Amino acid sequence: MTLRKSGLAAATAVVLALTATACGGGGDSGSDGDKITIGIKFDQPGLGLKTQDGEYTGFDVDVARYVAKELGYDEKDITWKEAPSGERENMISNGDVKFIVGTYSITDERKERVSFAGPYFIAHQDFLVRAGDDSTWNQDELNTKELKLCSVTGSTSAQNVKNKFAPKADLQEYGGYSECLSGLENEAVDALTTDDSILAGYAAQKEHQGKFKLAGLSLSDESYGIGLKKGDTELQKQINDALTKMVEDGSWVKAADKHFGPAGYDYEPAPEITEKS
Amino acid sequence: MFDFLDSGQYDVLGAFWVTVQLTFYSAIGSLIWGTVLAGMRVGPTPLMRAFGTVYVNAVRNTPLTVIIVATSLVLYQTLGITLAGGDSKGIGFRLAVLGLIAYHATFVCEALRSGINTVPVGQSEAARALGLGFFQVLTLIVLPQAFRSVVAPLANVLIALTKNTTVAAAIGVSEAALLMKEMVENESDAIFLVFAVVAFGFVVLTLPTGMLLGWVSKRVAVKR
Repeated sequence: MTLRKSGLAAATAVVLALTATACGGGGDSGSDGDKITIGIKFDQPGLGLKTQDGEYTGFDVDVARYVAKELGYDEKDITWKEAPSGERENMISNGDVKFIVGTYSITDERKERVSFAGPYFIAHQDFLVRAGDDSTWNQDELNTKELKLCSVTGSTSAQNVKNKFAPKADLQEYGGYSECLSGLENEAVDALTTDDSILAGYAAQKEHQGKFKLAGLSLSDESYGIGLKKGDTELQKQINDALTKMVEDGSWVKAADKHFGPAGYDYEPAPEITEKS
Repeated sequence: MFDFLDSGQYDVLGAFWVTVQLTFYSAIGSLIWGTVLAGMRVGPTPLMRAFGTVYVNAVRNTPLTVIIVATSLVLYQTLGITLAGGDSKGIGFRLAVLGLIAYHATFVCEALRSGINTVPVGQSEAARALGLGFFQVLTLIVLPQAFRSVVAPLANVLIALTKNTTVAAAIGVSEAALLMKEMVENESDAIFLVFAVVAFGFVVLTLPTGMLLGWVSKRVAVKR
């Protein structure tokens, strides 16, 4: 009996020790000497996308690469990490990543937990419609029951539809944009709505080219910033300097043209840096 | 601390009410469909036995998210099945109930089948000797006894069903999980409190269910 008890205690101790180390292992600061970990989106074409052969492409990725280069890191020293929307603040405050460049709109609630650099891009909420759809979109006439919209479950864009510009519209929410795109193709919905930068990325994808177009509405302003640890003013200044340089030497326009050009997306020029300490 | 709840921006009770409705309709539906399936699986017709077996094994082993998303993408978007039409809120709700029934009926069926196995063979043999047909034996003799012994497993299925309704958020049914996603998106400074509120809501729903049905299962169990 005593043997069994001590065996149990030993097993428990081992398990506890293992879990403790597992937790301890994750606590590095996002930059380990000459390596850097950057959080991006893995699933947004045109902004941050992990392709099937393991490459990373998109405007956010190019911005992140440029900033990392300016901070003194080579391309090969960058470890990319997926930063899903709901986990971004935790990843930053836990130190899993050095900074996040992932369609990260600057809001006051988020500033409670993280600091931002930038903004580096201004997006507007817009509609993506079928290419053959010739209806004219009037911003004041969106609030009707006839309008079938689609967006991602719980996203800011979906909430804007419900609470701000079209509470009466028939909003279908899905887990991802792909379901909305298939609904748009099948004419189950009239328009997919979210930030125009994201929509442009989908419209520019090879398999979707020529099928969809942007309606050109501007229903909200989203300032994309680079999220970093709260209060790290030194890093914030370095990133802001890198962003300024990126705009000045033309790399910003080059990257934007490369990723948003094919969709015919008329993007806003590079914004002023506003997030200073 | 919980000031995000006071802002009036989130209808927490409304969202949980949708969860309760989803659970209610799906529970009734899957109880009926699961009983029919169990009847098929123990029945004398080989074709029905085969159908029951294939259905249970195929649906039980398909992830619920796949089933729910398929109801919306395949049934609604592609085939245009709206189950009585209306706006996408109503369509989504009914499709989600359909998906939940299709999925949980398999677990009800298997629980019930194990209950049928607890009924001694002599019972149905005696019933047959009295001249009852298969359907009468099943509904009058076997199932009433089987149900009494599987209240606890069925309570497990019901609790799992309550929590699985969160998957309906994937096709935009505005229940608790969808509200949680909205709160996570907006209240990034209070993310753990958001989780706590939603988790608490589910505990409030499932704990009494489990305790009540546990008590019922003790009371109705056939003492053998």
